[in-house]
Amino acid sequence: MSLLTPEPGLLFWMLVSFGITVFVLAKFGFPSILKSVEKRKNYIEESLLAARKAHEELAGIKKTGEAVLAQARKEQADILKDASLKREMMIEKAREEARQESEKLIASARRQISAEKEEALRSIRSEAATLSLTLAERILREKLGTKEEQKKMIDRLFSEMDISRS
Amino acid sequence: MKRALFILAVLIFTTSPVYVWAGNQNSAIEDLNAKEFISEHLSDSYEWQIVSDGAKHITVPLSIILYSKTTGWHLFPSSHFQHGTAAYNGFKIASEGKYKGKIVETDARENISRPLDLSLTKNAASLLFASLLIILIIMGVARLLKRDSMKPRKGFAGMIEMLVLSINDEVIKPSIGKDHQRYAPYLLTVFFFIFTNNLLGLIPVFPGGANVTGNIAVTLVLAVATFLIINLTGTKEYYKEILWPDVPTWLKIPIPLMPIVEIVGTLTKPFALMIRLFANMMAGHSIVLGLTMLIFITASMGMAINVSMTFLSVIFTVFIDFVELLIAYIQAYVFTLLSAVFIGLARMESHSEKKKVIETGQVA
Repeated sequence: MSLLTPEPGLLFWMLVSFGITVFVLAKFGFPSILKSVEKRKNYIEESLLAARKAHEELAGIKKTGEAVLAQARKEQADILKDASLKREMMIEKAREEARQESEKLIASARRQISAEKEEALRSIRSEAATLSLTLAERILREKLGTKEEQKKMIDRLFSEMDISRS
Repeated sequence: MKRALFILAVLIFTTSPVYVWAGNQNSAIEDLNAKEFISEHLSDSYEWQIVSDGAKHITVPLSIILYSKTTGWHLFPSSHFQHGTAAYNGFKIASEGKYKGKIVETDARENISRPLDLSLTKNAASLLFASLLIILIIMGVARLLKRDSMKPRKGFAGMIEMLVLSINDEVIKPSIGKDHQRYAPYLLTVFFFIFTNNLLGLIPVFPGGANVTGNIAVTLVLAVATFLIINLTGTKEYYKEILWPDVPTWLKIPIPLMPIVEIVGTLTKPFALMIRLFANMMAGHSIVLGLTMLIFITASMGMAINVSMTFLSVIFTVFIDFVELLIAYIQAYVFTLLSAVFIGLARMESHSEKKKVIETGQVA
């Protein structure tokens, strides 16, 4: 069986070609390819890790941002509430003051009015007294201008006094 | 349906000229010996045949390198033999006898002897071509990757990279374990060497077609290389297991029964590698050739049989060629896998150490 007996010539050429191939590829070819692929694999792994980390960081930042926002919102609400409370208080106070002031004003006005009224009454009274005296004087002067009149008057007064005495 | 019809038409049109050719040469075909034809194509030759119609040959001449004990070194192209019909300088290609198909030397006393034959035969040339091809491809890819290793590769370079990675990550790493980086370049080279030669063997036209990996000399060198790698880098424990295995003493003394079994075992492993690759590739080539021969064998049996058998032959040949593509990969894969497994076995650590690791692991 010639198929099962190795030919020395072909053995020689196989040794040469396989030897050269193994030498070149095992020394320069495959280690280089494997190294490059390993490098790329590491790079990809690192990138993935970095991306995941960045993602997590971003999520953390988002969370803190939300917290800050919520706090700010709360503070804003507090401030607004406070402000409205204060405003109401101020308005209330102002109203109270205004009322007191007006009451004071009204009271003083009343007092003045009553004082002036009294004054007026008093002056009217004295005027009226003076006027009536003057009038009485005039009337008397008219009525008791003549001597008979004066005599009649005296008579009557006397009679009246008599009547009351008797 | 349209596609199937198209394929059918192509098959019929491409096979009919073969039939016409075969019919015209009826007389030449009758003395065609199928067995001879196949074994001739399976074995090595001194020239690389491109086309032959029985009488006319178109071949690529290859160099003949001979060393004769009487006349020294000889170097001449194989065209001097005129396709095996002529003698040159006392050398000729034997047409029969013990050295059939090989170059023999006839001396002055008509004694026939075989000179040291280092001729660049068809298989040798194919081997050199394949080696050149692999070196160019792998070095090209390596350079491409080195230039910009971060860029993912597409196309051919991507395919080579994927092959390298799949063999490295799924075959070499799990089989060898700890030291896989040391052996990966050799095993990858073996894989690509066998795979490329297998594929080239499937191409029926000029730069391919040689039955390289189906030749025992080629697989012998591959197996010896693996044998050397396994046994020269084996651990102390590996040698202890061979020479003084953990078996009852009467199996080792006075007759070293187990050591002999173990030593034979180290030889049978690469031997199985050698035979497996050789037999698979040779069988594949024989089947393709045999199915193709159907056309020419049935040429003398009448037109109807010949046409139908031609049709059948083409379909079967195409099918077997697809199977052969698969086998080209599988055989390269299996050779690499088994080499890696055997290397992994030779890299074993001592049992006591392993036990220690397990115990500490359990404690931890």
